[in-house]
Amino acid sequence: MKEIAMTVIVNGDKHDLTVPPHETLIECLRDRLGLLGVKKSCDVQVCGTCTVLLDDRPVSACTVLAFEARGRSVRTIEGLARGDDLHPVQEAFVEHGALQCGFCTPGMIMATVALINENPRPTADEVKHYMRGNICRCTGYKRILEAILDASRRMSGASAGNGR
Amino acid sequence: MLRPFELSEPTSVAEASELLARHGDAARIYAGGTELILAMKEGLVHYEHLVNVKTIPGLAGVRLDAGTLRLGAATSHRALERDPLVRQHFPAVARMEADVANVRVREVGTLGGNLCFAEPHADPGTLLQVFDATARIEKKGSARTIPLEGLFVGPFETCLEGDELLTEIVVPPLPSRSAAAYLKFGFLERPSVGVAVAVTLDDGHVADARIAVGCVGPVPRRMREAEAELRGKPRTETGAALATAGRIAGRAADAITDLHGSAEYKEHLVGVLLRRAWDQALAAIDGSPRR
Repeated sequence: MKEIAMTVIVNGDKHDLTVPPHETLIECLRDRLGLLGVKKSCDVQVCGTCTVLLDDRPVSACTVLAFEARGRSVRTIEGLARGDDLHPVQEAFVEHGALQCGFCTPGMIMATVALINENPRPTADEVKHYMRGNICRCTGYKRILEAILDASRRMSGASAGNGR
Repeated sequence: MLRPFELSEPTSVAEASELLARHGDAARIYAGGTELILAMKEGLVHYEHLVNVKTIPGLAGVRLDAGTLRLGAATSHRALERDPLVRQHFPAVARMEADVANVRVREVGTLGGNLCFAEPHADPGTLLQVFDATARIEKKGSARTIPLEGLFVGPFETCLEGDELLTEIVVPPLPSRSAAAYLKFGFLERPSVGVAVAVTLDDGHVADARIAVGCVGPVPRRMREAEAELRGKPRTETGAALATAGRIAGRAADAITDLHGSAEYKEHLVGVLLRRAWDQALAAIDGSPRR
């Protein structure tokens, strides 16, 4: 089986990798690069727990093949904070208590980053539509929705905590 | 866990066709992989050889050619959902695409892959039929164009020969004073029932009615007998005809009883969604500037 040589930027760092065609992106990120914030749950692109950004667009790392990242950039939850400074979306999730067990949280946050990147001030309905494929089995979605709307306000420069 | 396979990355349709011919049943076209890779991970199917068609230049993209929409088979659902031409000229298509699966599937999954995988619980194959869409099918040395409804042979089965590729979906515009609508219902991950309509009005009458039903039976299909019930009726007097058309379409859909519900239940929903889609299409005609 012919392996595929590729260069990929992961969280800003360049990696030269050689992967077999059947390696999934989540295997590459977790097992080769040690990025354990990428979680596997349903393994069929339904739950959103493995959401990572490929060239800033959300994909399911469980099913996208690793070679598809060839020449592209990947962003995972590990690539958001700068040292101890959390990303505004992470801050909003913490402040709103938008998690319980936390397993879905990396995927929720990466999907939120993609959403706000595309649509800086989404309505509640737009958030619900975009996040439909990210499932939380503990908290329900109220606090997650509040955190996402708050994060979008913070990131577009409005005063934090408006309308909480 | 995926079993190993070889990957080819052709740069032309002819080269892809040759690879498919050479490897026969051991090869399968790989585009978005959103359905194929799932089936392979589950061990339901295995192919020794995948042919990545995304490396073929020109296979993805949207063009508007004298009012006709030409969609490259490797165009992602997300690209269709967001494309300004699709949104402006074929709003029902853009809306349907925006509601396929979830955003991650739409980013990666392609229109051609969706149609060729022929999973019965899917949306695009149903709506595109009310536009009288056609499919361009190519292999090394020849090409043919067929009505889209002819693509679907059975669940997970198309009319494509082993060395053929779906390269383009061609969607003609509806006549003036027309609109299309697609509605679906389901409580599982995939839709349980999908109904598409395209309505054309002329002087207060239904000049044309096109209906397609998907998800409930083995293949999405046009419902011509049901359409005939509506054609020619005054637009204000379609109530009884819609009920009849819904019953005819429900029966003609070959609904099967499965996890999504009983055949009887699905037949009932076809009628409900038909009436709602009809109203939505009429509202869209009334709301658009008269051409």
